[in-house]
Amino acid sequence: MTPLLSVEGLAGVVFLGFVLIIILGALVATHAATLIRAVTGLALCLVGVAGVYYFLGSPFLALMQLLIYAGAVCVAIVFAVMLAEPQGVKKFKRMHPLAGPGAVAAGTLMAWGLAALAFKTSWPKAATRLNTGALDDVGRSMMTTFVVSFELISLILLVAIIGTLVLGRRGRSKA
Amino acid sequence: MSGYPEIFRVLAYIVGTLAFVGLNAAFLVWLERKVAGHIQRRIGPKEVGPFGIIQSLADGIKLMSKQLVVPERADGLLYRLAPLMTMTTAIMVFVTIPFGPALVARDLNLGMLVIFAFASVNVLALLLAGWGSNNKYSVISATRAVSQNVAYEVPMLITVATMVMIVGTMNLNEIVGQQGNLLQWKIFPWNGSVMLPVAFLIFFICALAETNRAPFDLGEAESELVAGFHTEYGGMGFGLFFLGEYAYVFVGCALTSIFFLGGWQCPLGWAPGVHWLLIKTYLLVFVVMWIRWTFPRTTIYGLLNLSWKVLVPFALVNLIVTAALLKVF
Repeated sequence: MTPLLSVEGLAGVVFLGFVLIIILGALVATHAATLIRAVTGLALCLVGVAGVYYFLGSPFLALMQLLIYAGAVCVAIVFAVMLAEPQGVKKFKRMHPLAGPGAVAAGTLMAWGLAALAFKTSWPKAATRLNTGALDDVGRSMMTTFVVSFELISLILLVAIIGTLVLGRRGRSKA
Repeated sequence: MSGYPEIFRVLAYIVGTLAFVGLNAAFLVWLERKVAGHIQRRIGPKEVGPFGIIQSLADGIKLMSKQLVVPERADGLLYRLAPLMTMTTAIMVFVTIPFGPALVARDLNLGMLVIFAFASVNVLALLLAGWGSNNKYSVISATRAVSQNVAYEVPMLITVATMVMIVGTMNLNEIVGQQGNLLQWKIFPWNGSVMLPVAFLIFFICALAETNRAPFDLGEAESELVAGFHTEYGGMGFGLFFLGEYAYVFVGCALTSIFFLGGWQCPLGWAPGVHWLLIKTYLLVFVVMWIRWTFPRTTIYGLLNLSWKVLVPFALVNLIVTAALLKVF
């Protein structure tokens, strides 16, 4: 048992804090009455995930998580909701009677699958750090080890941009 | 190694940053009113203290003594959360700003990224403020502020990527370290790429737009939107948005001076230190105010067109030319 007021003990407290934030955010995201509050919960959850990344020694990933998920994805969702939905609290429609049990079943299956994956994988020892997380290493690995995924992602983004342009072009007069 | 000094460091950072953000806002509000006054051939505040310098303090006390009113139809939780969020991100961006060679809260290798990451979360705070107020002007203003922020983030980040290619690091202190005297400042075309002056212009314009400053303050166009996303806020709720805005103005100008004007380095290489960063940054802040009180507000279409049709292409050309130059030489 490590004492609480040591570096390891405080690190554990910080980790638990992040986990708590993630769970809290997830609960808010799924139980909120309005969409905007749900997105706020999602943002909280993602910030927690960024915290865990930082805790596990990948500051680059943590900051990218903040920049992209909390800063861009959540903003895009809120933006879409604000433009599409008139303000005010909406009553939820009654769900299909099978929806509740179905959700529980799907959730259990998913949790079981993830847990099985987590326990079966042989995790590397915590001490082995792949690289320092510095800019140099990130760039190098992106251009060598992960170059295929990198290129694939850029392709997907290109397709998304062109798709948006095509959709945006339709229904617009010459102006 | 014991964990206690770290805790003291964190405490010192929090207290110092809070004090700095508060004093910075008080000073900038006073400066803004003075600059505005003199540009419009008035005097500006002059009653409280010599040259009215304590005016902001009086205003702050007034704001703090006001009752916090939550509008009846507002989303109370989000309404209260938004100003806190904007303050939190404003404080977090100060973590990696190198005020001096040793005066930086956390000398991270990814320091630059920290600032942009937390600044991008601030956009969410503006949106929540607009939405939480349940006021149509606030919502319109929030959507404007966000579309503007998203639009200008693109050329800004492309320019920053170009800068990273030239300096080869994201550690802000190292970037400053490379600019020992006036001739090594990154604003000059002979320090890495001929496009550097263009990069400086793009970055500064984007910083203006990102901090919602005139002529890009579409989010708070008084003539159409009452007061923008903080229309419904009174007392210190409004005060916090103001503190946040001025903190971001400072951060934007500090980043500009760190990237292009040598940060805490002296132009002649004599005595580097905090004072140089503050001098350069506040000179840039003065330019920001000068611009605000000289140029009329643009339209929202003009604003978005400027970003997507002018700044983004120039930023991309800048990126490509710089990459080619770095590869060839």
